[in-house]
Amino acid sequence: MIVDVLSFVMLALGGFFVFLGGLGALRLPDLYTRMHAASLTDSFGTILTLGGIMLQSCWSLATVKLLTILFFLMMTGPTASYALANAALLSVDDPEPHPPPATET
Amino acid sequence: MVTLFGLVLLTLLVVTAVAIVITPNLFVAVMLMSIFSLIMAATFFILDAADVALTEAAIGAGMSTILFLGALALLAEREQRSRGRQWLPLAVVALTGFTLIYATFDKPRLGDPSAPVHQHVAPWYLEQTPVLMEMSNVVTAVLAGFRAYDTLGEVLVILTAGLGVMLILASGRPEPSRRGPAAVAGGLRHHLIPRVVGQLLIPFIVLFGLYLQFHGEFGPGGGFQAGAIIAVGIVLHALLEGEAAGRAILPTRVLVGLMAGGALLFCAVGIAGMLLGGNFLDYAVLAANPVAGQQLGIHLVEAGVGITVTGTLVAAFHAFADREPAA
Amino acid sequence: MYYAATAAILVTMALALARALLGPTVYDRVLAVNMFGTKTVLLVSIVAFLSGRPDFLDLALAYALINFVGVLAVLEFFQKKRHYERPR
Repeated sequence: MIVDVLSFVMLALGGFFVFLGGLGALRLPDLYTRMHAASLTDSFGTILTLGGIMLQSCWSLATVKLLTILFFLMMTGPTASYALANAALLSVDDPEPHPPPATET
Repeated sequence: MVTLFGLVLLTLLVVTAVAIVITPNLFVAVMLMSIFSLIMAATFFILDAADVALTEAAIGAGMSTILFLGALALLAEREQRSRGRQWLPLAVVALTGFTLIYATFDKPRLGDPSAPVHQHVAPWYLEQTPVLMEMSNVVTAVLAGFRAYDTLGEVLVILTAGLGVMLILASGRPEPSRRGPAAVAGGLRHHLIPRVVGQLLIPFIVLFGLYLQFHGEFGPGGGFQAGAIIAVGIVLHALLEGEAAGRAILPTRVLVGLMAGGALLFCAVGIAGMLLGGNFLDYAVLAANPVAGQQLGIHLVEAGVGITVTGTLVAAFHAFADREPAA
Repeated sequence: MYYAATAAILVTMALALARALLGPTVYDRVLAVNMFGTKTVLLVSIVAFLSGRPDFLDLALAYALINFVGVLAVLEFFQKKRHYERPR
């Protein structure tokens, strides 16, 4: 009973975070802010959703497979975001001119 | 409810397809093709066709995207403007499209048990697979057992395609004088985190490919999917460590040997059937009792398919990635 | 609740597709494709569970691995291409 309620809540929160990530990727103004939204909600939504499903299938082969999927997504998701952000940062040929540092005496 | 999900996915598919055709930027088109393959894989999956979905994901969204990108890195990014309107091709395509859409009006309802496709051979396969082969995955039994000639033809087509790519594109040794600085030829070698994580993942990818290869008789899997996934693992190593290291672990001789060896294994199983007294590709004579013979035959044949697919995909990747653009 | 989560994932896939179509730079599109891939993994996991066939989770696992390699391939080839295009 408690497992069902917990699974329900986790799936609901997971769906909510995933939707929030999609909304952020569409509406935020700049590339880096979009990356922030997409990668954070990717990780968190994945943990919640897959965790919710895992609670429903207690200790079977399906749980082991879901744990493996979770492990791989946790390893590759942040790495892909890092590689993308690194490539985007290094590829800027003419960066925006920064305002000169204010020198106050 | 699942039908509704299928409808949403198909709508996204149409939007993606229209966008692929309209956009003049080829790189955008390649990215959208990757999304297209993903939506197709999800749609196949919702229609309960797991083997096809797995193949589409492994080949379409995996190797296909990598090969397109390898080709695109050598070319210009915008497509050429077409000269003038082409009325004749437009008329032909519109006529064919309308004919196909008209033909779907008479299609039986999805999953209708009295449809013609369910009347003749399909029930026979479904009934005879547990009796003749004792295998739970009917798709593999049909693909590698009942319709093995088809699969032999497919393997030979894949081998021919691989040889064709190598004959047209393989440049031998790239000239060292035209190579850019090591930062470009070195792949992602200078980025530590993707390199470490990627190297950690390669054994898991290859292991998963082997799991799909040998588990194909019980669940979704089989030679084509396994070959594609193992090829993706090998290509990941080449991407991370640079082309030279990628060539060093699987030189061209070995790749050609893999491509031809898989097809050879398939034909050898067929000829062994003939030599032991049955017909060509008759597996029942390969072992002591017919059921064990069928299973042994299917295992060997699927292994042959997997080997050829791996060799061809890795050879195609190296053929593209080795070239310098014609600057 | 499975249906609600699946609906949320489908809506997010549509939003990611919109970003892939709109995104002014290449990296926006790569971000959208990466997001689309992980959402596909989640969708396949939930639907596999919903329809009671847990042996279909192999597909989600395959996709999780392939998505990563696809993103790395895009970045590698784009970097290579920019090197060749840069005026020497």
